[in-house]
Parts: sequence; C-alpha cells; structure tokens
Amino acid sequence: MRYLPLTDTDRTAMLEIVGAPSIEALFADVPEAARLQAPIPGLPDHASELVVERHMARLAARNLAAADTPFFLGAGAYRHHIPASVDHLIQRGEFLTSYTPYQPEIAQGTLQVLFEFQTQVARLYGCEVANASMYDGSTACWEAISMARRITRREVAILSSGLHPHYVSVVRTMARFTADTVSYNPPTLSPTGDLDQLIATIDDSTSCVVVQYPDILGRIADLSALAEAAHDKGALLVVVVTEPVALGALHSPGEMGADIVVGEGQALGVGLQFGGPYLGLFATREKFVRQMPGRLCGETLDADARRGFVLTLSTREQHIRREKATSNICTNSGLCALAFSIHMTLLGERGLRALAAENHRLACLAAEQLARIPGVKVLNETWFNEFTVLLDRDAREIVRKLAENCVLAGVSLGRLYPDQPQLANGLLVAVTETTTQQDIEALAAGLQEALA
Amino acid sequence: MNINESGWRPERPIDGDKVGPGAKTFTGNRALMLEEPLIFEIGGADTTGVDLPEPRNLDSDRLGGLARTTPIGLPGLSEPETVRHYTRLSRQNYAIDLGLFPLGSCTMKHNPRLNEKVARLPDFADIHPLAPISTVQGALGVIHELGEWLKALTGMTAGAMSPKAGAHGELCGLLAIRAALEAQGDARRVVLVPRSAHGTNPATAAFCGFEVEEIPANADGRFDLAALKARIGPDVAAVMITNPNTCGLFERDFRAAADAVHAAGGYVYCDGANFNAIVGRVRPGELGVDAMHINLHKTFSTPHGGGGPGSGPVVFSDALAPYAPLPFVEQTAEGFLLIEEETAGRNHAESFGRMTAFHGQMGMFTRALAYILSHGADGLRQVSGDAVLNANYILRSLEDVLDAPFAASGPCMHEALFSDRNFGEGISTLDVAKALIDEGFHPMTVYFPLVVHGAMLVEPTETESKASLDQFLGAMRQIAQRARLGDQTLKCCPLEAPRRRLDETLAARQPRLVWQGL
Amino acid sequence: MTRYFTDEHEWIEVDGDSATVGITDHAQAQLGDIVFVEVPRPGTVLARGKEAAVVESVKAASDIYSPVSGTVIEGNSAIEDDPALVNADAEGAGWFFRLTIADPGELDGLMDEAAYRQFATDLA
Repeated sequence: MRYLPLTDTDRTAMLEIVGAPSIEALFADVPEAARLQAPIPGLPDHASELVVERHMARLAARNLAAADTPFFLGAGAYRHHIPASVDHLIQRGEFLTSYTPYQPEIAQGTLQVLFEFQTQVARLYGCEVANASMYDGSTACWEAISMARRITRREVAILSSGLHPHYVSVVRTMARFTADTVSYNPPTLSPTGDLDQLIATIDDSTSCVVVQYPDILGRIADLSALAEAAHDKGALLVVVVTEPVALGALHSPGEMGADIVVGEGQALGVGLQFGGPYLGLFATREKFVRQMPGRLCGETLDADARRGFVLTLSTREQHIRREKATSNICTNSGLCALAFSIHMTLLGERGLRALAAENHRLACLAAEQLARIPGVKVLNETWFNEFTVLLDRDAREIVRKLAENCVLAGVSLGRLYPDQPQLANGLLVAVTETTTQQDIEALAAGLQEALA
Repeated sequence: MNINESGWRPERPIDGDKVGPGAKTFTGNRALMLEEPLIFEIGGADTTGVDLPEPRNLDSDRLGGLARTTPIGLPGLSEPETVRHYTRLSRQNYAIDLGLFPLGSCTMKHNPRLNEKVARLPDFADIHPLAPISTVQGALGVIHELGEWLKALTGMTAGAMSPKAGAHGELCGLLAIRAALEAQGDARRVVLVPRSAHGTNPATAAFCGFEVEEIPANADGRFDLAALKARIGPDVAAVMITNPNTCGLFERDFRAAADAVHAAGGYVYCDGANFNAIVGRVRPGELGVDAMHINLHKTFSTPHGGGGPGSGPVVFSDALAPYAPLPFVEQTAEGFLLIEEETAGRNHAESFGRMTAFHGQMGMFTRALAYILSHGADGLRQVSGDAVLNANYILRSLEDVLDAPFAASGPCMHEALFSDRNFGEGISTLDVAKALIDEGFHPMTVYFPLVVHGAMLVEPTETESKASLDQFLGAMRQIAQRARLGDQTLKCCPLEAPRRRLDETLAARQPRLVWQGL
Repeated sequence: MTRYFTDEHEWIEVDGDSATVGITDHAQAQLGDIVFVEVPRPGTVLARGKEAAVVESVKAASDIYSPVSGTVIEGNSAIEDDPALVNADAEGAGWFFRLTIADPGELDGLMDEAAYRQFATDLA
C-alpha cells in the first residue's frame, strides 16, 4: 500500500522491541466482542492511484462545471477568476501540510500570512481589528450574534429580511438551543429594503440588528441611520457581507457605523467548490476584541528582539477556558484565508477597484438586456453585481428548463424560500467579470424562449 | 480561584546575548533562511498582479449613492513579487512534507497528492452549491458514497455531512441530543465529560446550553466507571467520551458506561478525533455510541492547511438519526436528491435544522473519499495497525529515559504519553519541545492532556518509516538525557529556527492584531 | 483591619462593614504574567463563592470568586489599565474590588494569614 512505509521486516523488528507477538495483540484493551478479526466485509479492498482517479473522474463527469456554460448563480457564493499563482502557492507543502501555528518559531510563514490577512480584512470592512477567519459566512454570522449578546448582555437579535435565508436558518438552529430570541420576517419583492421597520423595532432589549449589504435580493442601502438608531438604544449593528468584491466599489460597513462586520470570503481566491470549504470573515472594534471568537495572530518580538508573530489572546479559547470559552470553534479556515490573502495581494487596491467596477458594469449591462424581455421585470433600483428579476411565472421551472439547455440562469427565490410562494417568481442573477457578452445573450435568449 | 492550565509560558533565554545567531548579515538573511517584510511595507496602492480593464465611468451607476470615496488601504504586488513573497514565507513553516510531525491528538499524516488532484477537477471545484440538482449528481454521489463508507466503518446507521470541523461536529451531535430530549419532553441538562477530554467538548456542551460536570480519571489513565455510574441519573442528558482517549488509551469500560447511560435515559457522544487508531478494527456503533464526529483531516488525511479547513461529519445511531441536520443527500431510483428545507417538511420534520449555509466541506469529501478508496477495507485496517505499532515502538523506546505514566498498564493506542517527572531543576516540557525544533522535528503536543503534569503526547502516525522514527528516537533520547541532567542551555532553544522564542506576554498585553504603519 | 484568606487564593481585608478583595501573591506567581483583568462594576451584587472578576495570564484564564456576599463599591481600574500591577503587588496596589459585606458571619470559615501561608506551602 503506497501510503504505508513499514515493511513486514520492519514490523517484525518493531514488535520485538515492543514485546508483542503481533499487531493484533496491541489491541488487547479492546473488548473481545468489539474487536474485528478481519477487514470489514462487503467493502472493497485497496486500489491503485489509476483506479481511484478513474472512479473519481467518472463521478465528476456527472456534474456540469460553471466554466462550461453561461453561468449566473450567486446568492452567497460567487464565481470569480482566480489567478493561476494562487493555487500554485497554496499547494506548496509548507502551507498545505502545516498545522495550526502553535510552535511560532517554525510557523512564521503561516503567522505572517494571518497577520496580513487580518489587516486586509479589517481594512476592507472598515474595522479596527479582524480575526484569523472562521468556517464560513453563515457560522460567522451566528458567532457575531453570540458576541453581541456577551457585550450587551441582551438576548434579542433583530434580523433584516434581506439576510440570506440560509444564514437565518443557521441562526435559528442555534438560537433554539441558547437563550437568544430572534426576530425575522422574509423579504418582500420591493425595490427597497426594510431599514425603516428595523429602526422602529429596536428597543432596550435589542442586542443587535443584523443586516446584509448588499442584501439577498442584491439591494444596497445606506446603513448609517440604522447604526445610529441601534447605538441610541445601546444595541450593536452587525453587517453581513456575502460578496467581498462589492466593497471595492462601495462604502465599507465600518464607515457607516457597523460594530461587527462578518461575511463570506469565498469570492476571493477560494472558488465555488459546491459550498465548501469556504471562509468566514470577522471584524470588529478594538474595544470588543476580547469578546471576539476565533483565532488571532499578533505581532511581538523574539528573544533576539526581532519582529515575529504569535497566536495571541488564546485564553478566550476552548483549550484553556473549556466550558467558559467565547466559542467552541477550534479550527479556522487557514488555507482558504491564505488563498484569499494571495488573491487580494495580487489585486491590490487598484485591482480590487477595477474588478469591482467591471463586475458592476457587466451587471448593469445584463440588467438592461434582461429588462427588455417580455415577462421579465428588474426589481432592483440599486445593485452591485447581483439583482433580482421578476418573471411572469415560477422561476424554479424556468431555471430547470434552462439548465436542460446548459444555461445556469441564476438562483430562483423558490429554492431559497420554499415556504414563501409569494416570492416564487423571483430570480437572482449574478454577473461577474467571468461573464461574457455572449453569456448574457444566451441567458436573454433562453429566458425569452422559455417565457414565450 | 480556579486555574485552568494551558501549555504556554514564555521564558526568556538565559544569557541570551552569547547564544544568539552568528554574525549579522547586511540583509538579515542567513543563506536559505530569508527574511520577508510585510506586504504593507513592500506593496503599493497602484501596483497590481492582475490585468483588468481600467474602470470606465458609467453614465449612471446603480450603487445608490454609496460609491466608495475613500481608499481601502490595500497594497498590491506584481505576480513575480507575489510568488516570491509567499514562497519565502512558506519556507518559514515546518510541514509534514518536511518531516515527522508527532503532534498527539492532531494526527499529522502524509497528505496524498492524488487527493489534491481529484478535488481540483473542474467538475468538482467549479460547481455552485445552489446549481440545479440535475447538474450536480456527481457531487451528491460523492457525498453519498463517503457517507456510506463512514457508516460502514463506524457501524452506525445515519450520517450528517455538513459540519465544518470537529468542534462543529460535536455541536451537531449535541444539538441532535437536545432535539431528541426536547421531542421526549425531557428537560435533562447535565453532560458528563472526563477530565482528559479535548477542551472543545466542555466548550461545545456549554454552548448548547448544557451544564458540564467532570468525571474523574483512574490511576491507569481511563475514566472512572464507578464514579460515572454513581453520577448517572435522571438529570444526565449525555456523556461525551473520547475513545481512544487523549492519554492514547482505549477506554475498556466504554460499553459498560454506554449501557448505564442508556439505561438511565441518556445518550452517548463519542469524540471520534482518535478514530484513526481503531479504524477497520472496532466499529464504535457496537460500543453503544449514539453520535460520533469524524475529523476527515485526521483519520482520512485531508490536509491541515496551517489550521484548517477541517471537516467533521457525524454518524448517528437509530435513536438520533431522525434529528440529523439539513441538508442531506438521499438516493432514489431517479438519482440523488438533496433534502433541504422544502422537502424536509414532509418526511424529516424532526431535523434540528441547518448548521451552515450550504452542504459542508465538499472539497474535503472528494479528498477523503479518494483516500478511503485508495486504502480500502484491508488498507484501513493496516492504517490503524501501523499507527498503533509506531506509537508503541516510541513508547517502549523512550520509557527508560522519560516518565511514561501509563506504560505499565499495557500497550498504548496511536499515541504515547510522557510526563516531565524526571526533568532536572528548572527544565520544563516546553524546553524539550523547543530543543526538538533545533533537531529538525516539529514538537509533540505539550501540556495536553491536562491529567498528566508537563504532558508530552507523541503521535507518529502510520505514514512514518522505521528510519524516520529511529532518527526521532535518537534525538529524543539525547534531549531527554539533557533534560534529566538539568542542562540549562535547553532554555535557549531553538537557536536555529527562523525565530527564537517569542514574547507572548508582550503580544497579549499590548495586542497588535493589524498593521498600523510605520 | 483584619485580613482573611480563601482556599481559592483570594484575600479579603475587612474594614468595618466593607472589605477589599484581591488574589494572593502565591496565585499571581502560579498564573505567571497577567495580561488582562476585568473587575466588577459598582453596584454588582455578589454571592459568596461565585464569580466576581476575571484574570487572564499568558497560560491561564481564571475566575476570581467573591469570598463573601455583598455589593460592589468600586473595581480597581488601575489593574484593568495595567494588569502587570497584579504581578508586581498582588496583595497591595493590585487589589481587585471593594464591597459591602452582607453577612459578616461568612468570614468565619476563612483562613488567617499564617494558616493560608502554610496551605500554600503544602500545595507546592
């Protein structure tokens, strides 16, 4: 077996030193009844690289890759071009096969990357500090609500109707088992969001208001007044960003007064990967840093007074605080954070702004073109690279029909909100720099035909 | 006051000036050891490593008057500078590709490159989580096939694939237990956790609203069955036991404990972090487990990536299966279905809900499945056998120079545990760990588990050759000898690494978490 | 003024119906370099043996329990600003909080200085 270096000669020699007659004898502590005497029956035996690769390739062939088709899906996962050097660098064994940097003297590479990553995220979000990443945007969103509870010692979180419904589901799952109360209503098909209702709902029991920017339907709103209203009542503003590229074109949430900004970082460097692994981003004000979950990398000096980096403030974590930890999360999304950071370094300020501008330009072009189709209405007045169109019938069947012709038209609101029939005609269309003019024309033609 | 011990205690070297590195060079570099500044010190706002069209002024944008007006402060590098920056940084990391990485309980084993290759097939890597089900049948097939393997290997009946890491898997298991108890109208709230447990166990239980109580350990390093039985009662919701445990020992009384908990109406959670020690030899389902997470990045060798991403699928017994989270994959005559909120309402109303936005760590599933298929049923049995043999070889080769508190009670499983008992005056476990760095090894896990003073937990894994182990043992024996003699130069280690010991007190007292400029 | 000690390594100095609480020198030595302290806000009602303050060192995070029940008069903001003060002078300027004593009877079970020093020595 190609991954096992011991030979039978080695095993015999080692067993002699161990003082055991066989490997089986080393499992003597396992009760006889539970000890299997042979490989589990009914399962295949080992296979060569060639055979395994063939099996996996056959499974892969039953999928339709985004690159092979006009592709307009978003709703929390965005397809962008990833420079070739990103994947090359993250496959270096020193990054790929290293561990959490608990021994900083021999992990400065990972640690410096995390320090640079934290700075990039904090600046992108307009916040003072950021952590070294979390599982994904949805779990980071729940962690933000938990953190707001710890800071305010209040237990009511108000979620905007524009928050991604899967994020809402995650929050509800968790809140069911904690003391938190969650207030939420599904969105309505209006060109504007629910800021006024949110402001009216905040009271002295509110721990935080959670709002997505741009929201699930692609709409963009100034959050400054909401931040002010929350702060007036002693509540925090949590802003969720599922498309980080948008912040290359828009004011940052921090600039508008957000106290905690969380989001999904997948769009930069990570790729679609059918939903994971992704990258949770988390940033906040410096004064809240000890209530922030997740790993943190900090700058310090070594014994020769040279600059170096360490994991710090780890007393907030489970391995020390155990049941009093700020969160049970132990793993971050290190390699995805590296990919994000490399992509961000390749872009730089200039590249990110150009990327954002190109996304917006193409989205505007697509919206204009789709709006001309009979039976299609663009809902949004504002958007970045994703907007909602209203069809004259259930968008799910249209999406399925177009998929049969290899056009991935977007995410139907029926898929996201199966229990909200009033939203069923909505279709989310995302347009990025990977979208071509021909793709837009193919989508327009497909919709025109399907709706005719 | 109650002190929870942790592994970290920075100590300044003695006589630091004399033992520092050699004469300083102009650059600060030392041949292949290259210093690298931060991107903020070398990059520019106008530099970029990508070619994009220059932003054109649109007649009117749709940004709602919120177009960015302030700089973000993100430096860019050209592609050659980028490649060099990250390549130089990578060389400051130790990695399993470089050598033995004996971190107990973390399972750093070889990461096969076939797994990387298949995960990057565009038909896996470039598909959207919300793509129409008809266009992702292969991806759902991977999730289903891996789930079937996990159930077969553990002897359990249901699986949840979406948890994002081990601790997320623990959360999944405990939420299923809470949901099951709620469904029975049972308000029991106590979770029993052995003292030797991973810190995430009590953290997770507390996070789900349970009250945590510790079970003491026996002198032989296993949980105290009598104490556990004495505590079991109508208020106990569950026990959380790691098996094999964090002392590297198989919990002989697991089945008896499980039976007692079940008889009292509670559930049994098994932390499967150490499943790699018994895979193919023991099916936890036969020990009475109701829920167990499996760290794909440990047992099934998906890369650790400098601290993640992990993946923590959970397997369930019949008792908890109805409460498993959404979404999940179901096989039908027409192909694979993804059971989401919509369809769940009809047949799976007891599910406790969604834990994450999409379906879990697909990129890890493809890797783990490739690993499992490569080994097969016979190979996985050899994996656990070789892992346990390697650990016992370490244990018996060092027990004359290091205190091995549980060595007398029989063989260990996949990891060997030592203490600092024989060290000379002033020498700590940390000093030994740092001395290993100079010898070119990653240190073992230190100061964990908490039940042993100055713990050193060595997990060699099955992917180390005998020659590699012998080299480690040679270095370790010499360091142990120095420690026993109280050799104070150990306190200066490491001397040869990219950095010497770092001041953690400074980092924590005045946190500098982002670059502030010059 | 009388000073008492707990087996959780806190000291309490009683002055009439109020008292000052801190951690012992032995405790700060065990904790190592202290990097963060959180003291209770004035008006907080504390119960005997329950969490009152938080102290973090590089290697440990600990709760400080109140030796007696009472209401907080003042937290020592100086140690929040400079946690190293606890290492430097745990039984003096590094005090944690002052409180009113609800039930002087609760002092009865505590150790005096000599008993505590012996207790700490026996632990070592």
